[in-house]
Amino acid sequence: MLLSRAAEAVYWTGRYLERAESTARIIKVHTELYLDLPRSAGLGWDPLLAITGSAEGYEDLYPPKRDQVSHEEDIVCFLTADSRNHSSIVASLAAARENMRTTRPIFPRELWEALNNLFLLTSENAEEAVPRRTRLRWLDDVLADCQRLTGVMAGTMSHDDAYSFLRIGRHVERADMTTRVLDVRAGALAEAGDDLRPYTDLTWMSVLKSLAAYQMYRRKVQSRVTGPEALRFLLQDPQFPRSVEYCLVGISRLLLELPRHEAAMATCAAAEALVADAKVKALAWDGLHEYVDELQLMLDTLHGNLSETYFKVEAPAQVMLATA
Amino acid sequence: MNWDDYGTNGLHDELIADGAPRPELGGFARFLRDLSVEDLQERQRAAELAIRAMGITFTVYEDATNIDRAWPFDLLPRVITADEWTRTSVGLEQRLRALNLFIADLYADQKIVANGTFPADILGESVNFRPECVDIQPPLGAWAHICGTDLVRDEGTLFVLEDNLRVPSGVSYMLENRLITKRVFSELFRDLDILPIDAYPDRLYELLASLSPRPGIKPTIVVLTPGIFNSAYFEHSFLAQQMGVELVEGNDLVVDSDDCVYLRTIDGLERVDVIYRRIDDLFLDPEVFRPDSAIGCPGLIRAWRAGNVGIANAPGAGVADDKAVYAYLPEIIRYYLGEDPLLPNVPTYLCHDDKQRSHVLANLSELVVKPCNESGGYGIFVGSQATEAQFEQIRDRVLADPRNYVAQPIVNISTTPTLAQGELAPRHVDLRPFILSGDDQYVTQGGLTRVALREGSLVVNSSQGGGSKDTWIIDPSVVPR
Repeated sequence: MLLSRAAEAVYWTGRYLERAESTARIIKVHTELYLDLPRSAGLGWDPLLAITGSAEGYEDLYPPKRDQVSHEEDIVCFLTADSRNHSSIVASLAAARENMRTTRPIFPRELWEALNNLFLLTSENAEEAVPRRTRLRWLDDVLADCQRLTGVMAGTMSHDDAYSFLRIGRHVERADMTTRVLDVRAGALAEAGDDLRPYTDLTWMSVLKSLAAYQMYRRKVQSRVTGPEALRFLLQDPQFPRSVEYCLVGISRLLLELPRHEAAMATCAAAEALVADAKVKALAWDGLHEYVDELQLMLDTLHGNLSETYFKVEAPAQVMLATA
Repeated sequence: MNWDDYGTNGLHDELIADGAPRPELGGFARFLRDLSVEDLQERQRAAELAIRAMGITFTVYEDATNIDRAWPFDLLPRVITADEWTRTSVGLEQRLRALNLFIADLYADQKIVANGTFPADILGESVNFRPECVDIQPPLGAWAHICGTDLVRDEGTLFVLEDNLRVPSGVSYMLENRLITKRVFSELFRDLDILPIDAYPDRLYELLASLSPRPGIKPTIVVLTPGIFNSAYFEHSFLAQQMGVELVEGNDLVVDSDDCVYLRTIDGLERVDVIYRRIDDLFLDPEVFRPDSAIGCPGLIRAWRAGNVGIANAPGAGVADDKAVYAYLPEIIRYYLGEDPLLPNVPTYLCHDDKQRSHVLANLSELVVKPCNESGGYGIFVGSQATEAQFEQIRDRVLADPRNYVAQPIVNISTTPTLAQGELAPRHVDLRPFILSGDDQYVTQGGLTRVALREGSLVVNSSQGGGSKDTWIIDPSVVPR
């Protein structure tokens, strides 16, 4: 038996944990990419704001900096440790923890203790997230602990309805993150000047790495990294856990076990059709932004279906901790 | 460990008497003797880390920014012999039997009032008597299913200080304290026979299940919490988790036109059989009590009256959670059970009575004056520590509302060794065991020991600087290797 309110809290726990992990990975890969590209390539750190959809929030809080290092540090700070940014790593972990706290009985003790620990660790060592010297280790710690949490969940939670919502939340967030990375990265590449063109392959490689996909891409595709192949892998590969296709199929399978799933499954099916139809060769050079827009709209609709069907509670004043 | 510097100041100490450990607690004392203060400090640190990692917290209402505080725990357990505990348990069971009969009587024929044993005017001015509960007959005739009775030791004897039977809390901390001590003093569990306390969630579950209106099937039991901003939220979620039942808030429940309670789930509405409510009476049901309550569920009392849902503790049980009632407990026990009380009350003066009130006002400096219905240690006047202004204040309050004040002699409650500021020092303690009453009764093997961490302080409540300890009931005939 799963309370509507609990289903929503668990769903958001899954989303926020995934958000923390993906954000950490993206920042890590971008930092490493920066070490490879010449400074003149002008890749900039702003793409990270675009990927996380937080450009506006950032501009409200941080005055523009002239020198590159401060600019980089400001953005990294905003994305890792700034609790005013609702999607920062620290804020995401705090939100995951709060959602878990309101539904503690559902989760195994070890899971709570592990998340509690991770939250305390990252907030207390928040200043290490920013300087390059300590950044990678901080991010690696976040990644390792998030993945440990996934393991504890999979290994000690019963795979019941609550666990389904946890995984649905993860899948939704992953699909969303993949589309955002594709949108921004590929967009940046398409607009890139000649300075960046020699590094196109390197940049597509970093797109794959941002989504932990590089190694599996090589195993599957084997040829060198190209735009169309990377796009195909990230959109359509049925086996890689962060491809949009995999996430959509995953959501469908989980929905099948849940009651009243018709609306959500219809949306999933429509999104899967859109993914299957993607003309990756063309998209890799043009039209990707519009395509991704359409896909993201469907993911939004899916989220709406889930809310309407499972989470909605006709209640007066209620403390809603689960917010986007 | 050197006990020479441990000054008990003529007070009864749980562990040390005349500069040496009490013989019946030799095993534990011998173990302590082999530890240095540095060892203890290190283990205390380990305990604090464990508390942080496990996320054991409590909330203080006055601290606007701080929702969670780490639980203040002192690693040195308070130790009691098994013999004494057995005697105490029997006394507690007797007390709760009488209290349950009393509450049931008050909501039925009020025979004890008609008989003159309990004054009608005290009942008349009771703030926790719920006329809405009159003539309701809850299952098993039990009203105070869960009670936390506070015990203090004065000059060697355990006295009952008060009975908490509205929404008593602390049992989760009792259970967590044991988990911490197991980590920090694990070798002692091998060497001493310390009675286990883990049975509580099971026994609580059984008690709750016995209240189900649908006995043939596995009951749906829920813990009803006001939410994460409540000071005892940790306990609500802990107990729900330990029993494997749902933790719900008022908005998750709905009472339908069939007078049954349902839960809003992803599958639709599911019937609820028993509610372990951790919400005060007045906020439970906006249909019957406070209409502005956003944390209750309209219709709960309707469903309860119809016998379609069990509620623990029963609404209205709080009528007995009143220091004026406490003062009459010996008479109440004699009236219903025909027995003398096995556990003594602390002598109590009722300010409601003219003669007693005069005595109280004339002797304030030697008394503790308490409001009848506050919790958390608030509003208590301690004559030996009060300022002039406080003397005036309590005088005014008693004269303005005499029915709601009682006074007791200042009890020199016992102390026990506590790691205060890094050194071992005596600190005052009380003990709250929990008593479950349904078909049969169950008393926890130990309870929550609360300790006043500030030197000389007698106030043990966590909301006012108190901490807690694990409580060990040991069989002294077991000698450690």
